[in-house]
Amino acid sequence: MTDASAQPQTSKHSGSLLEQDARTRRRNAKEARFKAYGIAAILVGVLALIVLLWAILSNGLPAFQRAIVQVDMTVTQEEFDAAEGTLFKTKEYEKLFVTALSSQMMAAGIDANFEGKALERLLGKVGGTIRAYYRENPDQIGEVVTFDLAAASRIDRYLKGSLKREDIGPDNRFIQPEDFDVADAMREAGLLKQVFDWNFITGVDTGVDNPGGAGIGASVLGSFFMMIVVLFLALPIGVAASIYLEEFAPKNRFTDFIEVNISNLAAVPSIVFGILGLAVFIQFMHLPQSAPLVGGLVLTLMTLPTIIISTRASLKAVPPSIRDAALGVGASKMQSVFHHVLPLAAPGILTGTIIGLAQALGETAPLLLIGMVGFVARYPDTFLGGLEGPNSAMPAQIYNWAARSDPVFTEKAWGGIIILLVFLLAMNIIAIILRRRFERRW
Amino acid sequence: MSAFWLLLLVLGIALVSYVLGRGRALSSAGGDIRNLHSLPVYYGANAALFVLIPSLILLMLWMVAQPLVVGARVQASIPAEAVSEGSTIGLVMSDVRRVADGLDLAVAQGVIEPSYATTSDTNLTEVRERLGDVGVALGSDISVTVLTAAQLLRETNASWYFWRTVLVVALALAGLGYAYSMTQKDFRARNTVERVILYLLIGAASIAILTTVGILFSLIFNTVEFFRIYPASEFFFSLTWSPSFGGGSELGILPLLWGTFYISLIALLVAVPIGLLSAIYLSEYASPAVRSIAKPLLEVLAGIPTIVYGLFALLTVGPFLVSFFGQNGHFGVNWMAGGTAVMTAGLVMGIMLIPFVSSLSDDIINAVPQAMRDGSLGLGATKSETIKQVVLPAALPGIVGAILLAASRAIGETMIVVLGAGAAARLSMNPFDAMTTVTAKIVSQLTGDSDFASPEALVAFALGMTLFVITLGLNVFALYIVRKYREQYE
Repeated sequence: MTDASAQPQTSKHSGSLLEQDARTRRRNAKEARFKAYGIAAILVGVLALIVLLWAILSNGLPAFQRAIVQVDMTVTQEEFDAAEGTLFKTKEYEKLFVTALSSQMMAAGIDANFEGKALERLLGKVGGTIRAYYRENPDQIGEVVTFDLAAASRIDRYLKGSLKREDIGPDNRFIQPEDFDVADAMREAGLLKQVFDWNFITGVDTGVDNPGGAGIGASVLGSFFMMIVVLFLALPIGVAASIYLEEFAPKNRFTDFIEVNISNLAAVPSIVFGILGLAVFIQFMHLPQSAPLVGGLVLTLMTLPTIIISTRASLKAVPPSIRDAALGVGASKMQSVFHHVLPLAAPGILTGTIIGLAQALGETAPLLLIGMVGFVARYPDTFLGGLEGPNSAMPAQIYNWAARSDPVFTEKAWGGIIILLVFLLAMNIIAIILRRRFERRW
Repeated sequence: MSAFWLLLLVLGIALVSYVLGRGRALSSAGGDIRNLHSLPVYYGANAALFVLIPSLILLMLWMVAQPLVVGARVQASIPAEAVSEGSTIGLVMSDVRRVADGLDLAVAQGVIEPSYATTSDTNLTEVRERLGDVGVALGSDISVTVLTAAQLLRETNASWYFWRTVLVVALALAGLGYAYSMTQKDFRARNTVERVILYLLIGAASIAILTTVGILFSLIFNTVEFFRIYPASEFFFSLTWSPSFGGGSELGILPLLWGTFYISLIALLVAVPIGLLSAIYLSEYASPAVRSIAKPLLEVLAGIPTIVYGLFALLTVGPFLVSFFGQNGHFGVNWMAGGTAVMTAGLVMGIMLIPFVSSLSDDIINAVPQAMRDGSLGLGATKSETIKQVVLPAALPGIVGAILLAASRAIGETMIVVLGAGAAARLSMNPFDAMTTVTAKIVSQLTGDSDFASPEALVAFALGMTLFVITLGLNVFALYIVRKYREQYE
């Protein structure tokens, strides 16, 4: 005791306990810094998400709008007969249209002198459209018809603000500086306006000469057919495999081998599944190239591990007392599984399947290898044709558009992404609702 | 009869068999189901299965065997001198098949009479025109040999189809008769049916094995084929990648591997710190409210398809980086020639991997026992000291496993690099150069119309094999580490 009290105070903690010394301050500062790093990391992640979503929305939303020119026009029987009698028929209709447009612009107080070239720069070739309309609807001759004609893609982009007046040189053959004045004046007069572009959602892919008319509809259908194949193959096979592994499989080498295979397949890069599809389904089995059927088969093999893993989890969650009770009243093992365990696990299985389908819906790489990036400009006629005929899929169509140089296609690619994400969002919301509504905790 | 209608017919017979089997079992029990061994539905199902299984197996085998056998027979009928110089018997046979298919189509559409398709003295150019009418374009003129071979093919196929129908239906009916005679009240129908179901379940579980086997076979066969026409030493050690479909291409994998690893490295440099730190914050510091918002937000990043990230790299991140590092950029350094670069793809791939790293690390950090934290805190360590000196070392094997899994993801990622990394294969240290990767080259070598015999197309399988081996190795190693670590605490 005396020794201890005789010692001089050499402890570092010489001051008051309530006062932080330099080392404690340093340690606390370190603590605060470390915590700040964590917050910063999360903020960076969330910021990346926000930037990504902002890029998608700001670039993609204009794809849903389209500039149209609305013109009321009357073609009399004599004019129709006269136009049909000439050699260049569409030229005649174009003249009629210019007259109608000019008179409406005059009425709106715009003094613009139209010649054929300027019209073509603003609207493309309209004569054919008008002629086709009157030939199909001869009863409309002599009546007032309102035509909604798609404006040229450059005018469209000018209205959306992605093309500036300064970007255009005087010797551009697609558009001239004075066209912008005309477009502005027409917009003032309400002749040129932006409308929601249904064609983008329901239409088909177009060539480079008509980028504005391209739509994603056919590839949505292609994706839909693939999802049908995936659903009808992956769900039964996945559930059957899970039931075997979870309820029946004895603990042996064969079972272990299956388990190892499933966990490895879950981590194999998706492009390898594309190679598998190319070699086995197309090279070896001679199934049709570019067909949603083959795409669906490849995506089935890819999603099976996901579905098996989630199905096994939900089978495992059913308490053993249910099985015991069923066996106790005389059910066979098979009956206890199919009559009692499976119905109780169904919500979990469905949730897992929907999430697996969502994953398959967004997958692109394997589809490129089995040729689903081709140019497809029509809807399939029959159900079988939809499965076997060449088609694209949403992500592959987006890739295809992104690879083209025209900025209009780039905009379409972003717009396609919005549609793809809407589908994914819907599927995930359904999965969440299913889980919330039906999940049981024992 | 086509396979589809035959299938429907067999299903119909199975339905009849179900009804008959069920009825016979009930009548043998005198209408009282308590006298039956199994429920009546099992007797019906048993009878239906006896119809379905043998006839469907026969149908399947037949569909595999018929093209092989008939093809070989027709091929044998083609005289050797009919194969012209520079052509092969295979090419002639594909002509024969096309003509035969065209004749089938033309008959089906009513363009030509069935008898016209079988007579031998037809006008060759006329046949060609008629086939053109139904949309079967034939490259060269049809020779007499090809036409006779095609007619032989159609005839043989027709008789085989006839016998297929007869045999399959006969087998189905035999199954029905056997099952009917077998069915009586003491027959253990449920056991038979359940055994069949069990085999079906085993079959479904074996599809995982079949998929792996399919992947291995499709990679190995084509890779071996590739190495037969292209030296393996060149492939593994050459420093140039310049495929040209005209021939004389150099297909060295090293530039591609370098691009792959460089991009993956940058992706991991982005994803690992951000993912790990956010996992630490979420599991150690965050209040439940913050956690319940921030964690799903980060996980949204994992649910976004890779094509979206690819487009984001190509059209947003690339131009953004160019505006800083490119010509006339804000930094005035002119390091970057175009939007597609290692940095572009790496950054975006890093963003994609953040949730992957963070959710895996989160699980692993949460698995560290609370007692270890309490001990450290009780000794006076601050929270960050506890994390750095106790929790992270304990979780390290698991975190390494998570990083390895992320690396395997990065190496196998395709769409981001196809769109964001560029197409030029080069060995360079500059992260702002465009480079290309193994996956991007698999896509570019296998898309488009190329025949699978050229080394330029076959190289994609060798690349795929390399990719498969690397990612599989990483996965197995990572899972091994994670599993070994888990055993310590459980």
